[in-house]
Amino acid sequence: MAPKKKPETNGNAALHKELLHHMLMQRRFEEKVAEAYALGKIGGFCHLYIGQEAVSTGILPLLRDDDYVITTYRDHGQALVRGMSPRSVMAELFGRVDGCSKGKGGSMHLFDRNVNFMGGHGIVGGHVPIAAGFGFAIKYRGGDQVAVCFMGEAAVNNGAFHEALNMAGLWKLPVVFVIENNKYGMGTAESRSSSTKEMYKRGDTYSMANALVDGQDVFAVREAAAAAIERARTSYEATLLEVRTYRFVGHSMSDAVSGTYRTKAELEEYMKRDPINLLKATMTAAGELDDAALQAMEAEIAAVVQDAWDFADASPEPPLEALYEDVLVETASS
Amino acid sequence: MPVITYRDALNQALREEMHNDDRVFLMGEEVGQYNGAYKVSKGLLEEFGEQRVVDTPITELGFAGVGVGAAMVGLRPVIEFMTWNFALLALDQVVNAAAKMLYMSGGQFPMPIVFRGPNGAALQLSAQHSQAWESWLAHIPGLKVVAPGTPYDAKGLLKSSIRDGNPIVFLEGEMLYNTKGEVPEEPYLIPLGKADLKREGSDCSIITSGKMVLVAMNAADQLAKEGIKVDVVDLRTIRPMDTEAIYASVRKTNRAVVVEEGWEICGIGAQVVDFIQRDCFDALDAPVLRVHQADVPMPYAKAIEKAAKPDVPKTIAAVKKVMYLEA
Amino acid sequence: MATKVFMEALSPTMEEGRLVKWNKNEGDAVKHGDVLAEVETDKAVMELVARGDGILRARLVAEGAAVPVGTLVGVIGTKDEDISALTAGAAASATSAVTPSAPAAAATPPTNAGAAASAPTPPPAAPVAASGSPTLAPAQSAASLSPARTIASPLARKLAGDKGVDLNAIHGSGPGGRIVKRDIEAIAAAASAPGAVAPPRKAAAGDYEDVPLTMIRKTIARRLAESIGPIPTFYLTAEIDLSRAAEMRAAAAELGDAYKVSFNDIILKATATALSQHPEVNAHWLGDHIRLHNRVHLGMAVATDDGLIVPVIFDANEKGLGAISKESKELAKKARERKLKPEEYTGSTFSVSNLGMMQIDQFTAIINPPEVGILAIGAIEDKVAVAADGGFEVRKKLRVTMSCDHRAVDGAVGAKFLQTLRRLIENPLLLVH
Repeated sequence: MAPKKKPETNGNAALHKELLHHMLMQRRFEEKVAEAYALGKIGGFCHLYIGQEAVSTGILPLLRDDDYVITTYRDHGQALVRGMSPRSVMAELFGRVDGCSKGKGGSMHLFDRNVNFMGGHGIVGGHVPIAAGFGFAIKYRGGDQVAVCFMGEAAVNNGAFHEALNMAGLWKLPVVFVIENNKYGMGTAESRSSSTKEMYKRGDTYSMANALVDGQDVFAVREAAAAAIERARTSYEATLLEVRTYRFVGHSMSDAVSGTYRTKAELEEYMKRDPINLLKATMTAAGELDDAALQAMEAEIAAVVQDAWDFADASPEPPLEALYEDVLVETASS
Repeated sequence: MPVITYRDALNQALREEMHNDDRVFLMGEEVGQYNGAYKVSKGLLEEFGEQRVVDTPITELGFAGVGVGAAMVGLRPVIEFMTWNFALLALDQVVNAAAKMLYMSGGQFPMPIVFRGPNGAALQLSAQHSQAWESWLAHIPGLKVVAPGTPYDAKGLLKSSIRDGNPIVFLEGEMLYNTKGEVPEEPYLIPLGKADLKREGSDCSIITSGKMVLVAMNAADQLAKEGIKVDVVDLRTIRPMDTEAIYASVRKTNRAVVVEEGWEICGIGAQVVDFIQRDCFDALDAPVLRVHQADVPMPYAKAIEKAAKPDVPKTIAAVKKVMYLEA
Repeated sequence: MATKVFMEALSPTMEEGRLVKWNKNEGDAVKHGDVLAEVETDKAVMELVARGDGILRARLVAEGAAVPVGTLVGVIGTKDEDISALTAGAAASATSAVTPSAPAAAATPPTNAGAAASAPTPPPAAPVAASGSPTLAPAQSAASLSPARTIASPLARKLAGDKGVDLNAIHGSGPGGRIVKRDIEAIAAAASAPGAVAPPRKAAAGDYEDVPLTMIRKTIARRLAESIGPIPTFYLTAEIDLSRAAEMRAAAAELGDAYKVSFNDIILKATATALSQHPEVNAHWLGDHIRLHNRVHLGMAVATDDGLIVPVIFDANEKGLGAISKESKELAKKARERKLKPEEYTGSTFSVSNLGMMQIDQFTAIINPPEVGILAIGAIEDKVAVAADGGFEVRKKLRVTMSCDHRAVDGAVGAKFLQTLRRLIENPLLLVH
């Protein structure tokens, strides 16, 4: 399927504002996270979503509260759009006790049971069978929820991906598998790691519906996602979406933005298709957005992000006893 | 009291738990239509249907992950590995996902999942099909590791494992499935983390688990004929280990031999010895000895395979050595 | 939490101690490190120090009583805490331990609740940790002052401590001589077996005086009896001419008091030098091997009021005459004042005994195991000798007798050593050449 480019400009200004708000929130949050990392408030690995905001924003607002979302370690953006509070995410990044995972998980392991955000996983491809497990459980209970599974394009070459999609196709599990193809698996371009350039076509191998999507166009993402979610919800059928996007930053905070495995020229070329700018342009052209409104939105978002920072900074680190907590649950009876 | 096989004891446990709790399901290769590679799940597909007894493709990593996902959203999977040799492929799901989920989510997502299957050697199955993995898995915080050696223990422990609420590694044995023992008809549970003193004597402690319980008991019988009476401490649960039971025995006998199926280096016996030397140092009249598999991949040929395995004569020799008796 | 005060092993070979004097009374405040009591060991009088702070609540052993190492002798605690549990057990063992260690009558073999060495002997003892031997010390380290490390299982050690059995006196039945539980049990069983011997016809009171054995006396008796029994000893005597030594001595005296040396000093120096040239005699018999020592640590027997003790001059072969003279005087003084520390009377590789000052012409000394030889020095005498021109002259002579352990030293070996010794003493220039 060719990528669709029809923008949804049917005058739904409120929806568009909501989408813009989601994307700007992710952008500003991630910029603040980068600042915090540089100041030593965040340690270890930290993978930013900058440039990919349209993917999460195009898909997640379509879901119900009782649907499940699972993703990789590049999870901050998806966590925010799914409804996790910026405070609890920032506090988790800072490793504080008020973080969503009580400071025990960190950047790669954001979890929130309240919004069915199922993590934040560190092993490439490892969470994909788990997503199939959600699909299995939904069907087991005869429900109509949907599981959405985000992954990078490098996971597609992985054994776990193959096993999970095979079972999802075989057993007809209600899962939407979303490949966020940002062209690079860490430092390796997809052309050097994948035997096919069209990853979505691998869905054919699993007798699974599949599509290619322009990931910088939030409307295109939304349209493709709506179809996939509907398919899963009504007929227990899985879909494989390849969403082509780009990250404007390095793989993680320890990775150079450009100059190692990609050129500055390439980066600048892609930045011309900043998804936020694309949406702003569309909204402006439709008269849905003016400078004042944008400034107001930016100011409000800045305040929220600063508040998240302050909250995180004020939260204490977990106490020593927390070291031994939550290794096992107490057994109710024996 | 009925005398049934270890296999049937497990079958009963599965059946009872699946009746008790709709959330419990069995998933693995050949568990359904084939009635189980070792017939442990015989008749279950017929009784509970396809949704609850699920045949999988040969994809250990994949279906272990499906189990993890299902457990995360509140079901209670029992994931069968045809043997634990193959489970090596699923280790990412068992160790990186199941064992860690509760901790790294700050307590939000418990993992009520049982990974079960036969562990260790059978007869002439050669190197890739004869490995005893307990020490790999016992190393991991966030898991419990259970190894029943008798039908009675198998049933009670499997039921408790399914109810436990934590990720459990449940180690059975091909050579155990046909063994017989008394098993009550009424449902019963055996607590995890509690050893069982299967034989009493004050001359020496034999500490063991799983398949090796039979070896230890036979050795105990033979030693008794020579007037040597040993304690046989069946650990039943490897992690967490019932250290109090070990200490009580060693303090009484002043000497110990561990009989284990795995290899020497960093095997569970090494952990038992560490516990003993820390707590019972002054009670020891001799170093603690271990009887374990020879430090080689398992060979195919009959005689050398036998020579590689722990057995009754090696156990007896070790007991006599720690008693300073002539062999 | 109360601190228990035990009779501690204040010397490496101590099996029991006699509490000579309490320095603190019940009710006194004590601090960690304070001297609680003076205890007589097998070698000297040592200080028993407090290992905790508090009030000395109980003194469980009376002054003058001898108790085995490991006995509870006192309790330190807070003013009010209940220590009845501790003292109850102690009272029982204290009464049995307080018995004087003296034999009731001359013929009755001395029995002692603590010293299990007097029990029916177990199989031949492994090299006993003698008061003068670093049996297992590596040759290159500074003369290791710890006695031979007895190999025993942790349980056996604990049982031995509980029952007051001396591990050093046992040869274990486990691998490598390891002492194990059954060895301790065997000894404890034997020790408790009644060993009464009917005394002979009673001598009337007033015919005799009983002198209780001091710790030193007991140790000498035990150890040297062990020595002369199992060691196949032979004796070599040589008569040495002291003329040139006398000249050297006179010359030294002329230089001033600071340079005065005695004949004994010269002999010690010569012996040390000879030993450095004959390591086969500067050796220890260790049961399954002989250890030849490269360094010479010379034991020097000193008579004290209580008995014989052998302080050590370390690396005697490397010390000058002056140093040896000074050291030997200091050690002798300390010995007589009972102030020697264990590290000063253990570690010798060879010993020397001199009874010359008591006009003993010659004598045979008993070897100090695990050393393989000992030199006994007799009195210096003016003797008539044949002169170079065939006439007669008077010369100073001295006889030395060397006792040799034939397991390690053959006649020719011992003789060669004495040859060297004679040459050095008769030509003292060789000491500096």
